[in-house]
Amino acid sequence: MEYIIIIISAIFVNNIVFAQFLGICPFLGVSNKLSTSIGMGGAVIFVLTLATIVTYLVYQFVLVPLGLGFLQTISYILVIAALVQMVEIILKKVSPSLYQALGIYLPLITTNCAVLGVAILVIQKNFNLLESVVFAAATSVGFTLALVIFAGIREHMELMGIPKGMRGVPIALVTAGLLSLAFMGFAGLV
Amino acid sequence: MNQLENFTKGFIRNNPVLVLLLGTCPTLGVTTSAINGLGMGLATTFVLVMSNLAISLMKNLIPDNVRIPAFIVIIASFVTIVDLFMAGYAPALHEQLGLFIPLIVVNCIVLGRAEAFASKNDVFSSVIDGLGMGLGFAFALVMLGSIREVLGGGTFFGLRFMQGDGILVFVLAPGAFIALGYLIALINKLRKA
Repeated sequence: MEYIIIIISAIFVNNIVFAQFLGICPFLGVSNKLSTSIGMGGAVIFVLTLATIVTYLVYQFVLVPLGLGFLQTISYILVIAALVQMVEIILKKVSPSLYQALGIYLPLITTNCAVLGVAILVIQKNFNLLESVVFAAATSVGFTLALVIFAGIREHMELMGIPKGMRGVPIALVTAGLLSLAFMGFAGLV
Repeated sequence: MNQLENFTKGFIRNNPVLVLLLGTCPTLGVTTSAINGLGMGLATTFVLVMSNLAISLMKNLIPDNVRIPAFIVIIASFVTIVDLFMAGYAPALHEQLGLFIPLIVVNCIVLGRAEAFASKNDVFSSVIDGLGMGLGFAFALVMLGSIREVLGGGTFFGLRFMQGDGILVFVLAPGAFIALGYLIALINKLRKA
């Protein structure tokens, strides 16, 4: 039951994009087409979950025993950057088709603040390893959900007559605002 | 390029938030009030100036193919300094900004200026560039924070000037997106005019 609450809360109630404002850059950047948004979403689910596991282990078994908690930010960003590189190399070798699908999104993920954000959040929330994994997976599913819905809307919006000044980013932000309003309807669910 | 132009380009013409659309996460996340926007803006300015300074000093020592990880470590060090300093001297603000302080590391503006400017220019212009860009970022954050605070709560920098509640939605998440959307539309209009 506890895990179900974590999942519902991470996907809908505290959606990472609409409620926590993490990962806005890729959210605005790669949401022009539905197909690319699905690719980016897949890459984020994969890397974010993996990165959370690795950083959690690094924190509990390296930083805490050595009393180096203050190095959290530096070590996390290095671990994430190295991990993304490694995933890219392994994927290229093991599964070229998956690499083809996710490859171009992988380097972008290093600077996706959602990855570092979730890694820090699970420590702040005092989750254990299993809870962290569930939280990370659910959060990235929430990110993908937001990205795919948004891309679907943006594809339709291209055909609309939008006032000149609002074209492009401004209308995208207002749309995101309305979506965020819709997601607020989930508040109180858990 | 003269230094004055170097300094002022970050305010309107190349404003990192309103024109280049970098660093949107902290922009939306912390601007529930003008004071939060100012705090975040100044913290980022400090990191930008110091990392630009350090990187332009070290640019000849860092091998070209490991420059990005090297830049990130330098930036992360300064972010840690800001994080610990704020936790010690401004705990209330630190509590408010929360997660977004460590996330300055992945703010595209900082790495962007390191890569695009500090790694190619001399120390003095890099510092000026960092200061200009940082203050431009702070300017945008304070502007957005003020709009949201005034409309949402009827206060400005914590000073109440209106009776009753404001339009609550502007303090909540959706208001951030909507206010930034219209602000960018306005800037686009002004830039073209």
